[in-house]
Amino acid sequence: MNLTLKIWRQKGANDKGKIVDYAVSEVSPDMSFLEMLDVLNQDLIEKGEEPVAFDHDCREGICGMCSMFVNGQAHGPDSMVTVCQLHMRSFNDGDTIYIEPWRATAFPVIKDLIVDRTAFDRIQHAGGFISVNTSGNTQDANAIPIEKANADAAFDAATCIGCGACVASCKNSSAMLFVSAKVSQFALLPQGQVEATDRVLNMVKQMDEEGFGNCTNTGACEVECPKGISLENIARMNREYLKASLKG
Amino acid sequence: MASIFSSSIGRKFAMALSAFFLMVFLLQHFAINILSVFSPDSFNEVSHFMGTFWAVQFLLQPILIFGVVFHFIMGFVLEIKNNKSRAVSYAKNKGSANSTWMSRNMIWSGGFILIFIVIHFIDFWIPEINTKYIVGDMSGLHNGEFRYYEELREKFVPIWRVGLYCLGFVFLALHLLHGFNSAFQSVGANNKYTNGLKGFGKVYAIGIPVGFIFIALFHHFTH
Ligand code: SF4
Ligand code: FES
Repeated sequence: MNLTLKIWRQKGANDKGKIVDYAVSEVSPDMSFLEMLDVLNQDLIEKGEEPVAFDHDCREGICGMCSMFVNGQAHGPDSMVTVCQLHMRSFNDGDTIYIEPWRATAFPVIKDLIVDRTAFDRIQHAGGFISVNTSGNTQDANAIPIEKANADAAFDAATCIGCGACVASCKNSSAMLFVSAKVSQFALLPQGQVEATDRVLNMVKQMDEEGFGNCTNTGACEVECPKGISLENIARMNREYLKASLKG
Repeated sequence: MASIFSSSIGRKFAMALSAFFLMVFLLQHFAINILSVFSPDSFNEVSHFMGTFWAVQFLLQPILIFGVVFHFIMGFVLEIKNNKSRAVSYAKNKGSANSTWMSRNMIWSGGFILIFIVIHFIDFWIPEINTKYIVGDMSGLHNGEFRYYEELREKFVPIWRVGLYCLGFVFLALHLLHGFNSAFQSVGANNKYTNGLKGFGKVYAIGIPVGFIFIALFHHFTH
């Protein structure tokens, strides 16, 4: 396959940046999207040019690092995959592919396709945890029975990998899907009840301070989320937040 | 509690609550207007009651005006904030792949509805207020008969007004197609009834505006 890539190049956080065109040839349909970029980078290195910087770690859809907006969609055209799981067979010979970093004021570009997602970490620090005394008296995990439906929903919420595709896809750059997944995974379990009130208030406060936009329920996040995190989590977070505000 | 309306979720609640209020009002407004098609007498009586009963005039009407103004101001405030949340836009963004046109353009449909409401106020509401409170004629009579039905018929004679009216309701339908269910999601109602509610939302979002358009066309063509 021969492709034209239109890639966002930006030298550093303060550089203005622009879209640069590249031609890549001999791309195999079996390559992953990141392998295709590896080929491009090898080419650039051989030509003495600066390779395209992009984030990646696991390359199997677990770490959530590969934040790329491909042809107008977070993680590209396929659903329920991260960009590292996207294969070139999803494209056609001769295609032009736009590759851009996540766009959100709260996710500033560091270089090329790499954005700073530490805003998510700060939201997690604000409440995405439970305090358990683990010094020698750890309880058996099965000591507290949990209803199957709740355990499943909590597990589903916990599959969020913090990739940020929800923010990137949302026309408002809202982080509600991410935050709601993190709130839900604890709100559904007895272990999460102790800190439930503070958790949702603090995490939402941090989310707002980071400069994410307001959710208007377009549902784009749910469609683009590689882990299928559902909008039900946002509804749950809204309920938790109202409950906590009335209490607190 | 104090922070609730300054937070993103609090504002979402506020938008949803004002939306619920406006949707109930709309239904009520429709129920009265449709009487003009089936029973001019009942239309006259209900109009007179709504126009002169103190609780409607001095309690519900101010709440309604507040609700409308609040919903619009908050909508614009959120839109500005949301635009700031993405300072650099994408070179290529395929919004249609993950969301409906209606959901992405609430500010436009809402903006046109606002223009319509302003014209509607100047056109219907201000003359009414003028007759009742400036001129001081609370009788609702003209030549010894209730004036409401005939006034309504007169209003729908000019084609420009009918056209504008229909256009306003097309935008309202677009707004409601997203807004109805969005309001429920905002207050945290996403459960086993959601699918059924979505269906009902579509019926409401299309049915009510089409109903209003029908009323306008009916009076235009039967006058
Ligand atoms: S909710 Fe989905 S899209 Fe958002 S960060 Fe988590 S996994 Fe990524
Ligand atoms: S590189 Fe880890 S999810 Fe893509």
